[in-house]
Amino acid sequence: MSEVNFRNVTKRFGGPSGAIAVKGLDLRIEPGTMVTLLGPSGCGKTTTLRMLAGFETPSEGAITIGGADITHVPVNARGIGMVFQSYALFPHLTVRQNVEYGLRSQGVAAAETAKRTAEMLETMHLAALAERAPSQLSGGQQQRVALARAVVTRPKVLLFDEPLSNLDAQLRERMRDELRAIQLKFGITSLYVTHDQSEAMAISDRVVVMRNGVIEQDDAPPAIYARPKTEFVARFMGRANILSAPVIRREGNEVGLLIAGETVAAPIGGGDYRRGDRVRCVLRPEHARLEASGAPLTVRRVVYQGSYVEYLVAIDGQECTVLDNLYHRNGIAAVGETIRVSLAGAPLWIIGPASDEAQSDKAA
Amino acid sequence: MLRQAVWTDHGFDLGAIAVALSKPYVWSALGNTLMLGCASAIVATFAGFVLAFAVTKTSMPGKGFVHMVSLLPIISPPFVMALAIVILFGRSGLITRELLGIRNSNIYGFRSLLFIQALAFTPIAYLNIRGMLQAVDSALEDASASLGASNWTAFTRLTLPLATPAILSSMLLVFVKSIEDFGNPMVIGGNFNTLAVEAYSQLIGYFNLSGGALLASILLIPSLLAFMVQRHWLAKRSYVTVTGKPTAQAIRITSRRVVLPLALACYLLCATILMFYGTVLFVSFTKLPGVNNTLTVEHYRTIFTAGIGTMGDSLILAGIATPITAVGGMLIAYLLTRRAFPGSAPLRFGTLLSFAAPGTILGIGYVGTFNQPPLLLTGTALIVVAVMVVKNLQVGIEAGSNQLKQIDGSIEEASTVLGASNTRTFFVVTLPLLQPALFTALAYGFTRSLTTLSAVIFLVSANWSLITVTILSQVETQRLGVAAAYCVVLILVVLAILAVLQAFLARGVKTGPSDE
Repeated sequence: MSEVNFRNVTKRFGGPSGAIAVKGLDLRIEPGTMVTLLGPSGCGKTTTLRMLAGFETPSEGAITIGGADITHVPVNARGIGMVFQSYALFPHLTVRQNVEYGLRSQGVAAAETAKRTAEMLETMHLAALAERAPSQLSGGQQQRVALARAVVTRPKVLLFDEPLSNLDAQLRERMRDELRAIQLKFGITSLYVTHDQSEAMAISDRVVVMRNGVIEQDDAPPAIYARPKTEFVARFMGRANILSAPVIRREGNEVGLLIAGETVAAPIGGGDYRRGDRVRCVLRPEHARLEASGAPLTVRRVVYQGSYVEYLVAIDGQECTVLDNLYHRNGIAAVGETIRVSLAGAPLWIIGPASDEAQSDKAA
Repeated sequence: MLRQAVWTDHGFDLGAIAVALSKPYVWSALGNTLMLGCASAIVATFAGFVLAFAVTKTSMPGKGFVHMVSLLPIISPPFVMALAIVILFGRSGLITRELLGIRNSNIYGFRSLLFIQALAFTPIAYLNIRGMLQAVDSALEDASASLGASNWTAFTRLTLPLATPAILSSMLLVFVKSIEDFGNPMVIGGNFNTLAVEAYSQLIGYFNLSGGALLASILLIPSLLAFMVQRHWLAKRSYVTVTGKPTAQAIRITSRRVVLPLALACYLLCATILMFYGTVLFVSFTKLPGVNNTLTVEHYRTIFTAGIGTMGDSLILAGIATPITAVGGMLIAYLLTRRAFPGSAPLRFGTLLSFAAPGTILGIGYVGTFNQPPLLLTGTALIVVAVMVVKNLQVGIEAGSNQLKQIDGSIEEASTVLGASNTRTFFVVTLPLLQPALFTALAYGFTRSLTTLSAVIFLVSANWSLITVTILSQVETQRLGVAAAYCVVLILVVLAILAVLQAFLARGVKTGPSDE
């Protein structure tokens, strides 16, 4: 099991004055863990992955695998496994030949190659398909061949470049769990790139949210969801209402915020807020509850989603989405009707003073 | 080094150029060439459009037949048509003299030349325009009809505008082909001299290398100009990308009033082509066409005895040149599309240039460059092979590049991640995936190498004679029967090779090569 380190890595495309794709990146992947790079397209996550693979060379900084500097080691000498978005199976070779390919290229003895290939095909439930061409396989099977091919060489690091984006929604969840199971079984240090936040949370030990070439936040999935550092992270990880509210009391590391006529407690996080300040806080739609004691709000839009109903309302003049997953009991309200919403006990998270609002990135 | 050969023509002092340019024959040849080029372009493109439209958009019966026949001129040596027209309509022509009793008909000159070239180059225009018409999504025509437009409106407002880039590019291609054509003007041009023929007679008749080279250089200007316009301007104006994958075509035009005249025109064209080829076939079995029409196999006996060396030479040289062309084309295509390296721009331009440059220029350029030590290659087989390779390389590059663009680059990345070197990746992964393009390049390279005349006519020697050059000299000495028989054999050889390649390709795609 090898540790991966990015030390102050910068990547510019097109010369010293070229566009910066990744800027001063410091990232550590603990041995045997799976770290996910998450972000919108153009955030630098794919460039970061491709630098670790060796397809791109950093303009500055260094990358190490297991303590050894591999910044300038060619791709085929890095001992890496990679699963591509398009799977990139060799179309003219059979499943077995695809899996053998890496072992043969690395000069592993024929007997050893055959043995390890057979074991891997068995592990991945591909033994019956060994002599088929990739084009004769389903999407999920192709995905498993791609994974088998990447893992059979016992790579020091395993890279995933949006490997599930070509699968339909149901298969995607199943393959996601299979990928994670294989990664844990072999204990390979892994870097995973995706733009799907639920995939990122489900599969990784740590999620790294990137934006414009820099790391916005690097945390375990529950922490990053509950305590986003910025509005961008809050909005990118799941759904978020950003509300501005006045502080009406301060007790230790906790403040009381006045929202919709109620006083709701929130931890101050890294900031220092006092009575009279206005702050911006994150309210996840599922944390609001429909209760008779709540504030009366007029429904502006209703979206029925099966497992819940989504209402658009205005809280203190700010648009806000709330979910009701008990609609079978509460009934479904129509546009123009009044629902009563309580935020008592909702885990609000403060992301900054409200004066920042003007500079905040609404595009996120 | 090979590229420079094209430019060596300019290494002459300006005085000689001034003297040469003052000769009237230069200007008349230039005028003739351009006039012929423009006329051929218009006529062949029009005919090609009619064919393409009838085949893709109407319910004309016998499409397959029309398609096959209209492609015949592509695989045959350049002057089969000229040979046939001389036999049919010449001074002792089968039609003019035998049927009509005309004693001194003059077939030589501009009009026959135009007719012949139009017939010979119609397939180029046909293929080009057909590709475009097929690539246009027929949902557009459905949409037009759903909006209440008539077929005529759809034709004028939709089909014609969409096909315009293909029509213009066909015209330019035919223009280039026409002005570089050597065989046809040589045989039936008569007093109507073109630059290519004039260059040949300067060089061979008067041993005037600089004069010939100069004439050929003049030819280069309109040729390159047309080619560049076609590549850089028209290619970008195309509304559809021709993928080579025809979409299902809904046939909308079934009205007899439209289909009948179109079909008649197509059939007439096919009949003419077939008549010409039939004539050549007939003459190849005739003792002395027009004089003694007894059937005989004597000409074939001549070929397979005296001519066997020529055929062998042709096949050997083309056989050497073809694989070099094809694999070289794939390698250059790979380098150009997949790797950025210094010199890629000159390489791209150089191969394009040698493709666009008329064969005559290549031939004369090579004679000029390799005529003195240390590169004394004139007269050797090597120089002929080199010209064949250089002239046809671009087609392999083109086919290879198009194929590579359809191959996901991450397949090669996957190979290197798994520990394979770039070289190993190219031979184990890339080349097998390029197989279809490789076969295209092989087929094209072989056909062209075997049927080319203009580029090699200056390079043949006593040691190595080529079949096309032999045919020409047979025609010049009025031994039309032998010439016709050579043509027939040549066409059959090309067809046979194409069939073999086709069979290989069909099998190769199914099973794929085994890993090492």
